[in-house]
Amino acid sequence: MEQATEAPLRKTPLNARHRASGARMVSFGGWDMPVEYSGIVQEHMAVRTRAGLFDVSHMGEIEIAGRDALAAVQRISSNDASRLQAGQAQYSGLLSPRGTFVDDLLVYRLAPAHFLLVVNAGNIAKDYAWIAEQIKPVGDAVAVDASSRYALLAIQGPAAKEVLQPLTAVELDSIKYYWFSHGEVASVRATISRTGYTGEDGFEVFVPPQSADRVWQAILESGRATDVIPCGLGARDTLRLEAAMRLHGNDIDETTTALEADLGWIVGWKKDDFVGAAALREQKASGIGRRIVGFEMIDRGIARHGYDAYINGAKAGTVTSGTQTPFLKKAIGMAYLPVEHIAPDTEFDVDIRGRRTRARVVPLPFYKRPRPERGAGG
Amino acid sequence: MAYPAGFKYTKDHEWIDIAGDRGKVGITDYAQQQLGDVVYVELPEVGVKLKQGQSFGTIESVKAVSELYSPVSGEVAEINTALKDKPETVNSDPHGNWMIVIKLTNPGETGGLLDASQYQNLIK
Repeated sequence: MEQATEAPLRKTPLNARHRASGARMVSFGGWDMPVEYSGIVQEHMAVRTRAGLFDVSHMGEIEIAGRDALAAVQRISSNDASRLQAGQAQYSGLLSPRGTFVDDLLVYRLAPAHFLLVVNAGNIAKDYAWIAEQIKPVGDAVAVDASSRYALLAIQGPAAKEVLQPLTAVELDSIKYYWFSHGEVASVRATISRTGYTGEDGFEVFVPPQSADRVWQAILESGRATDVIPCGLGARDTLRLEAAMRLHGNDIDETTTALEADLGWIVGWKKDDFVGAAALREQKASGIGRRIVGFEMIDRGIARHGYDAYINGAKAGTVTSGTQTPFLKKAIGMAYLPVEHIAPDTEFDVDIRGRRTRARVVPLPFYKRPRPERGAGG
Repeated sequence: MAYPAGFKYTKDHEWIDIAGDRGKVGITDYAQQQLGDVVYVELPEVGVKLKQGQSFGTIESVKAVSELYSPVSGEVAEINTALKDKPETVNSDPHGNWMIVIKLTNPGETGGLLDASQYQNLIK
C-alpha cells in the first residue's frame, strides 16, 4: 500500500492453508495475505447472499490494562470509552494532535480496567509506540502489543449465525451488534464478537494462533451446506467500500481529520481532553473546508485511489477509494471535495488516466443490509 | 486451459491468431487469471496504427488496470464491440474472445513471438 517494505513478509497462522488452498497471495501492509480464492466477484456475492470466511489475523491487538486503563484509553481514543460496558466494543480513531488519523480501530472493553484495541496490520508498531508514549502521564496503565497472541477469523454474511452456531455453546442470538462474548468455537477457547468490515451481519472470532487452522476448517465444514467460501482481501475491500467503511491509508490518514472524514460520530465531544480534541473543537467551530463524499460514475470507468477530481475544469480534490461493485454493479468510490460541492447529485470529473470522466455525488453508504430481525436495542 | 498451438504469444501475455495478413489479438488464460474479474475493456478506434509492443487499450478488473500491448505492428481493422457489454467473457473464454483484428504491416515480426510451448514454459 502506501509504503513498500524491504523486510520479509509476515505470515498469519493460516498462511500454509491459504497457499495449499490455491489462494492468490499478495503483499499487504507487510503481510503475505490472500487477495482472492475463487474471485472477488464470487466472494463478494457469497458474503452478501450467504456467508464468507476471512483470515484477518494480520490485524493488530494492543491491550491496555491497569487501574487507570479507562483514563488511558480515553486519552488516546477519540470515541467515549466510558460508555462501553464490559463485553461491548466501539469504532474509534487514534488521532494526532491535529485531529487526523494515526489509525482507526475497534476498542473492546474486556473488563472494567482492561481494554483490547484492534488496529490495522500495517500500523501495529507505529500505533503501539504512539500509544505507549501518549499514556505515560496517565498513571497506572500499561499497553502491551499482544498481536502475536491472537488469530482473527471473520465469518460474514446473512448465514453467518447459522454456520457458527453449531460450533459453539455460546448463544449467538444473545450477542448484540458491537458486543462480544467468551466461549469455545470448535472446542477452541475464543472471543466471539458481532462485528465486521463488510456491511453484513457476522462475527469476528479471536482464537489462539496455534488453533486457527482447526477453527478455519471447522467453520468451512459447518458452512458446506450453505456454500460458505473462503474470501480474500480483495472482496473485503469491495465489501467495506459498498458499506462506506473507511480504509486507513486510503480514505483516512494523518492528513485528514475526523470531521473531514465525516466521522464526527466517533468523537467524544463531551469527554475530557484527548489527543486531537482541541484541533477538532476548533475545526468544528470554524467549519471544514473539504469533506469526504460518496460518488458513482456516470461515464464508464473506475475512479481509483489517488486519481484527481475536477470541478469546472479545476483540480478540486482526490479520489480515496474506488471500485466496480459486484453487488450494486456500479462504479463507486469516495473522494474529498470542497464543502460547497458535496451535496448529493453534484457532478464532477475524475481524471482516469488522462480522460475526464463524469461522476455524481451520492449519499453514503452505498449499501445497507436489509434490517435484521433482531430484538430492540440491537 | 489449453493454449492453442496455432496461436503466437507475447511475454506480455497477449496472443495473436494469424490468418493471411490479419491477426486476431486477445489476452491469455494466464493473464485473465492474474487480472481476476474483468469489468472494462477499452479498445482503440478502427484505423489506428500500432507499432509492435505499443499499447492499444486497457483492461480493467475489479482490482487493477492493465495495458494491452500489440504483438505486431499494423493497423486496427476491427474491434470486438461485444466486449463493451460482456467484458466478463474474457475470463470465461480468453482464447475465444479476441479484442482487435490487426492488419499486419511487418509479418516478419511474428518470428520473434513465442509458440504455445515456449509460452507455457514462460508462465510455469
